Amino acid sequence: MSSTTTGTRPFLEVKDLTVRFETDDGIVQAVSNSSFAVERGKTLGIVGESGSGKSVTSLAVLGLHRTRSNAKVAGEIWLDDQELVTATDEDVRKLRGGKMAMIFQDPLSAMHPYYTVGAQIVEGYRVHHKGVSKKEARTRTIDMLARVGIPQPEKRFNEYGHQFSGGMRQRAMIAMALVNDPQLLIADEPTTALDVTVQAQILDLIRDLQDEFGSAVIMITHDLGVVAELADDVLVMYGGKIIERGPAADVFHEPQHPYTWGLLGSMPRLDRDVRDRLTPVKGTPPSLINLPDGCAFHPRCPYAGRNGNRSFTEVPELRGGVHAVACHLPAEEKRRIFHEEVAPNL
Amino acid sequence: MLSYLIRRIVNAVITLLVVTMVTFGIFFAVPTITGSDPALLYIGKTADQASLDGIRTKLGLDDPIPVQYGKFIKGLVAGRDYASGNDVTHCDAPCLGYSFKTEQEVTPLLLSDIPVTLSLALGAAVLWVLIGVATGVLSALRRGSFLDRAAMTGALAGVSLPIYFTGQLALLIFIHWLGWLPDTAYTPFLENPASWFTGLILPWVTLAFLFAATYARLTRANMLETLNEDYIRTARSKGLTERTVIGKHGLRAVLTPLVTIFGLDFGTLLAGAILTEQVFNLRGLGYQALTAIRQNDLPVILGVTLLAAIFIVVINLIVDLLYSVIDPRVRLG
Amino acid sequence: MTDNLLEVSGLKMHFPITKGVFKRKVGAVRAVDGIDLAVKKGETLGLVGESGCGKSTTGRLMTRILEPTEGKVLFDGRDVSHVGQAGLRPLRRDVQMIFQDPYSSLNPRHTVGSIISAPLQIQNIPTPNGLKSAVQDLLKLVGLNPEHYNRYPHEFSGGQRQRIGIARALALRPKLIVADEPVSALDVSIQAQVVNLLDDLQREFDLTYVFIAHDLSVVRHISDRVAVMYLGRVVEIADREQLYKNPRHPYTVALMSAVPVPDPARRERAQRNRVLLTGDVPSPINPPSGCRFRTRCWKAQDICATEDPALIPRLEDPASHQTACHFPVTEDEVVAGRRPAGAQA
Ligand SMILES: Nc1ncnc2c1ncn2[C@@H]1O[C@H](COP(=O)(O)OP(=O)(O)OP(=O)(O)O)[C@@H](O)[C@H]1O
Ligand SMILES: Nc1ncnc2c1ncn2[C@@H]1O[C@H](COP(=O)(O)OP(=O)(O)O)[C@@H](O)[C@H]1O
Ligand code: SF4
Ligand code: SF4
Ligand SMILES: [Mg+2]
Ligand SMILES: [Mg+2]
Repeated sequence: MSSTTTGTRPFLEVKDLTVRFETDDGIVQAVSNSSFAVERGKTLGIVGESGSGKSVTSLAVLGLHRTRSNAKVAGEIWLDDQELVTATDEDVRKLRGGKMAMIFQDPLSAMHPYYTVGAQIVEGYRVHHKGVSKKEARTRTIDMLARVGIPQPEKRFNEYGHQFSGGMRQRAMIAMALVNDPQLLIADEPTTALDVTVQAQILDLIRDLQDEFGSAVIMITHDLGVVAELADDVLVMYGGKIIERGPAADVFHEPQHPYTWGLLGSMPRLDRDVRDRLTPVKGTPPSLINLPDGCAFHPRCPYAGRNGNRSFTEVPELRGGVHAVACHLPAEEKRRIFHEEVAPNL
Repeated sequence: MLSYLIRRIVNAVITLLVVTMVTFGIFFAVPTITGSDPALLYIGKTADQASLDGIRTKLGLDDPIPVQYGKFIKGLVAGRDYASGNDVTHCDAPCLGYSFKTEQEVTPLLLSDIPVTLSLALGAAVLWVLIGVATGVLSALRRGSFLDRAAMTGALAGVSLPIYFTGQLALLIFIHWLGWLPDTAYTPFLENPASWFTGLILPWVTLAFLFAATYARLTRANMLETLNEDYIRTARSKGLTERTVIGKHGLRAVLTPLVTIFGLDFGTLLAGAILTEQVFNLRGLGYQALTAIRQNDLPVILGVTLLAAIFIVVINLIVDLLYSVIDPRVRLG
Repeated sequence: MTDNLLEVSGLKMHFPITKGVFKRKVGAVRAVDGIDLAVKKGETLGLVGESGCGKSTTGRLMTRILEPTEGKVLFDGRDVSHVGQAGLRPLRRDVQMIFQDPYSSLNPRHTVGSIISAPLQIQNIPTPNGLKSAVQDLLKLVGLNPEHYNRYPHEFSGGQRQRIGIARALALRPKLIVADEPVSALDVSIQAQVVNLLDDLQREFDLTYVFIAHDLSVVRHISDRVAVMYLGRVVEIADREQLYKNPRHPYTVALMSAVPVPDPARRERAQRNRVLLTGDVPSPINPPSGCRFRTRCWKAQDICATEDPALIPRLEDPASHQTACHFPVTEDEVVAGRRPAGAQA
């Protein structure tokens, strides 16, 4: 199972991932032609507003759309030289919770209400370690609970999720995800439901664990601050598509896509002087059943008309080297607009 | 936990006391007030005044109603003596008095009927839970398939058809036309398990069909909802097999709320034995009750009513306790 | 007499916890446990703190949706702490509340028109051009299409629903609006739209706001003054710039340093300067003795366990800056960077 990377392929490589759902209202084009990669020891941040396709992307990597009969997944997902879209259900199942693991947004609903926290972690450990006794699994679980900073782990082992505080619950979920030393950890908005103080603790923990185990991390969030704290690379998603992709420093300091500008303009920042007014994106996010023609962002983009009619008719491709953008505006034009019109208002 | 238990038991006892008061009131007090004499019921219209008075004293019918009630309760708890001069009859606790018609003690009369009713209800319950849950789970997993639609149509029929219809139909088909089964009848289990089984299988299946329908629909709906829960996604993301995900994590969440409904249904079935036993011609508590009602046999009616109330209260108690054990959110607040 | 529109003093809200058949009182959730606050006419007072610290309860006391267990609520100089239905009627005109969840705070079976006009009808407000046109004016005001008068809440997006909630709150032309996490459930881009709308409306109608949120950057953006709450108490209050540049209470410092900075270049510095609080907020049923923050405070000493620090101004700060701490964070500690980088050009 553990083939070592010999080729040039990154540890996780996603190519042209497309996910659609057939619903009564029509086809939901949840993710279109997404491509990205993460190396071991690195963190990829995925940002975007709700409904932009972040969770669907991560669930696709774990193969969790397979149980939904209305989901269609296309493209390639390479994890350590193994292709996952075409792999059998059983092969993917063995990777889940083993080589790749996931943490979810709402830790209360992510825990089974009728099983103790300990039992749920033990179960995850034993399914990947056949023949390990219950006692050994228990010891391992308690170690893990202690490692993620849960006090009195022996006592906590026998408690239920609802008896934990929000922060402790998320710690327990992290312990559950990490119990098999995964090499890829996907965290889907792990701190959205938590207070900033607890968020800081959890992010700190994830950073620590990554340093310790050298795993690849995908951090999904809608908070640009969280991405800036953790990510080496950033994907910005809009309407199911990646519209900007690049190293965190580039994306934050020289953002190239009008939507990214809008996101930055929308958030008040503690590290800057108070602005008189925020500069939000106008309008609302599109429906994924009925995406606008051309650039999906055009109904909300202040620059849509600047480059002839292309924005209205032609879907912009994600283009560029390390820092890639999906927008028809010429590169110099984008740079100029950012520095002259956008940056002064941030 | 212990204080919870005690509280629940105290509640149950209070409920039962209220039930005895109400039934006692209805069955004994009302005739007294309206002037129809229980003693007459007991001894028959032709009796002479002397024996009528004797009966009155013996049954304590001349006492004020609260005193009668007190004696009734005492009889339940400690047994009582019925005395008229030297004529003393002792009735052991729990004493429900004597049948007006057969002059038998009511308690043993009813006790001997319990196995019939209980056999009927228990067998049907086992069947309907198994069939209902299995059908519901399969339907949920194969949603929209032929199996799902067939099962749900069947379930709809089961829910909407009354027992006296399906029951008669089953008797007609399986016993009279096809002759596959002997007439429905009760043979004590210890006497002959095989006859016990064959004599009851038809009522079981018919009853199970009625209830299984509800369970299949509930299980299906619960399962569909549960499969969308975050914790099911978590279970899958841990790499558990689909069998564990559905059979363990899913089913546990689906079955827990069913416990409450099961308790209610089982209680209803016991209490509502009149109809079912009538349909299948079985001589259990329901039959006893019906006969008693026809004959105005007040002590028996009172006994059956009380027993039915006890069934419901006790089953509710068990269900509540069970629920607090299986749902840690109730147990641990 | 004063320019305070709303004053609360010694305000307490204890929710009883009962047990058993006889509903014996076995304790109380001390959701709000003795706070004094004044809201000046025309200002925005921000209320921040971790979840469960009593922000919403304070808001509901200020609007007299809840009746305080103890203490006073003065609105426009009038004591409304315990007035009944009749006495509340004028208050219901002058004080309105906006809620976090735009989904659950609107009745799904009523049209937008009837939702927004309900307060007008209840209060018998004359509408010279008819109810409908009054509602349509309100819709226009909050940036919604007046044609959508007859639609139902589910036909609107989250941000639009929040606008409907704002229109309903504005219908009676209130003097004070208490907004409880009005943008927390919204996406960033929509959040900014609503924040700007609230700003515009304040200017246009001379509104006074109490703005409750857990997002410190949003609160800083919108507020003139900010009160930091912890376990049912106000632990620090100051003018916005003063509070964010010179936080004195160790909790405020920790809270602010925890906010992630959207700038990868500052990542290292932010992490180095971060004050990581350990553990969780203690239960409000049994708050710690003395200073409530002491179980998580890195500056705590013996006295903190015995003496409850009062909310008072300190010599080096303006009188409007009050801190409840025996050992406030000093200028030096602040300069040494125990906080996110201050305002920077
Ligand atoms: N099982 C499904 N069937 C149909 N549509 C789905 C399904 N799962 C997701 N979608 C749709 O896919 C789109 C993207 O969903 P996703 O959950 O990835 O959004 P997100 O960016 O993570 O948003 P949020 O921040 O709200 O979690 C949404 O429009 C959602 O409605
Ligand atoms: N009706 C209630 N009954 C009991 N406890 C309550 C009630 N309302 C609020 N509380 C408790 O009061 C505390 C403060 O609540 P709240 O003001 O809603 O906090 P937040 O700062 O999150 O808005 C919490 O511990 C909460 O659980
Ligand atoms: S392609 Fe056009 S509409 Fe789309 S982001 Fe670029 S400028 Fe705006
Ligand atoms: S009073 Fe003591 S415990 Fe409380 S905040 Fe100040 S230093 Fe910390
Ligand atoms: Mg999501
Ligand atoms: Mg709140």
